[in-house]
Amino acid sequence: MHKGKGMKFVGDSRISAEKKANMPKDYSEYPGRTEAFWPNFLLKEWLVGAVFLIGFLCVTIAHPSPLEGMADPTNASYIPLPDWYFLFLYELLKYKFASGPYILFGILVIPGLAFGALFLAPFLDKGPGRRPHQRPVAVGMMLLAVASVMWLTYESAEHVDWEARAEANKPVASVEVDKEDPGYKVFESNCMSCHGDSLQGGAAAPSLIGIDRSAEEIMKIAQEGTGSMPPGVFKGTDEELKQLAEFIVSVNEQAK
Amino acid sequence: MLQKLYDWIDDRIDITPLWRDIADHEVPEHVNPAHHFSAFVYCFGGLTFFVTVIQILSGMFLTMYYVPDIENAWKSVYYLQTEVAHGQIVRGMHHWGASVVIVMIFLHTLRVFFQGAYKKPRELNWMVGVLLFFVMLGLGFTGYLLPWDNKAYFATQVGLEIAEQVPFIGEQIKILLAGDAHIVGAQTLTRFFAIHVFFLPAALFGLMAVHFLLIRKQGISGPL
Ligand code: HEM
Repeated sequence: MHKGKGMKFVGDSRISAEKKANMPKDYSEYPGRTEAFWPNFLLKEWLVGAVFLIGFLCVTIAHPSPLEGMADPTNASYIPLPDWYFLFLYELLKYKFASGPYILFGILVIPGLAFGALFLAPFLDKGPGRRPHQRPVAVGMMLLAVASVMWLTYESAEHVDWEARAEANKPVASVEVDKEDPGYKVFESNCMSCHGDSLQGGAAAPSLIGIDRSAEEIMKIAQEGTGSMPPGVFKGTDEELKQLAEFIVSVNEQAK
Repeated sequence: MLQKLYDWIDDRIDITPLWRDIADHEVPEHVNPAHHFSAFVYCFGGLTFFVTVIQILSGMFLTMYYVPDIENAWKSVYYLQTEVAHGQIVRGMHHWGASVVIVMIFLHTLRVFFQGAYKKPRELNWMVGVLLFFVMLGLGFTGYLLPWDNKAYFATQVGLEIAEQVPFIGEQIKILLAGDAHIVGAQTLTRFFAIHVFFLPAALFGLMAVHFLLIRKQGISGPL
């Protein structure tokens, strides 16, 4: 680069007017088989990244992300559970020495010591040796910590019936029930007392929203019953029966 | 044509040194999986960054539909998931990405730890790393509430109850996060939203910038 007298700039700017060659650095004299990041290594790295991304997208498509029903603060029976990577902290609080009168051990002392030691690791493990066998205490503590975290997570997750939880907390689709529909009139006089005024179900019978049945099956059940529903609850003409079934099917179409 | 455009810009603002500063560095043999397959352990930091980028992009698209108020939050997520074209995938990427990034950051930490790569002169970068880890956990905790479904609501309630038991400042922490000493509600949701999309990402970007700057200044640790 030109220095001192005779420097040339672009216009009145501070940008040098002299062109420098746009050359990559030369690593050929570095030890070992050193490679340039740009462009040599990046060309291979993006391939690995692409494979990773495809794998990730496949998982995403195969497992739609879960969503439970809308939050209901009055629901007293719900058993709370944090996301999986907090389970170990949550499980810790179930031990006697970390709960009740010792709760501060569970929420402050133990996690504080563990994460504090992690934060200060370079100052606790000061020796020059980097190999694991040269620092048995640090490596031993870390192995113990990792094993505990895994054990606590496993203990916590093992007692949960994940499928039953997902099933019980499924979101209910909100549907608008057209109360002017001729089928609704039939529903009102035959089914409403048990299945609720908006098909939402009640103490005696389940919701009729989100069922997977054809009009024929519904007509059959209305006349013959199913499970704890007795036969003969429907009283009316064939025409009305058809209107009723089509009405229930149409509500379920909406809920899909 | 492109070359001309590049030269035109370079002539005026001298961009070559800017990108060459970022692009030009060496990849030593011992971290290159093309030479030693076991060097794949060095990929976890980069993969953490990659998934973080996925989180940022998918998160930006999520906010195009998400409404942070207790009446509409759940409905907007439900709508995105069931009605919007590819909404399922966008939410899925953010949801699963949140877990994958924790796994990657964990593996990256273990790599650095067991190789003793945090030793002098890399102590500062290790501490920056642990702070990054806390920020990630914070993002996980605040993001979990946003869909406003039952699992979100009750997990957050438990989390806040735990924070409340901290001596002296517990109550204050809870009020700061929840907006109220007793209610987990409208205020809590807007606060968690603000923390999740503004406060913590800002901290994340700052810390990541320092993290990468230090790696470039110090170079990657040598072979064991
Ligand atoms: C958002 C989170 C993080 C990102 C994106 C990230 C990214 C990276 C990258 C790309 C490297 C280069 C080497 C490699 O890929 O292994 C690196 C090195 C390093 N990271 Fe991280 N990291 C993160 C979190 C952490 C955490 C949680 C720790 C430790 C608790 C940590 C400690 C270090 C240290 C000490 C180095 C230097 C290692 C060496 O020179 O061998 N980082 N990080």
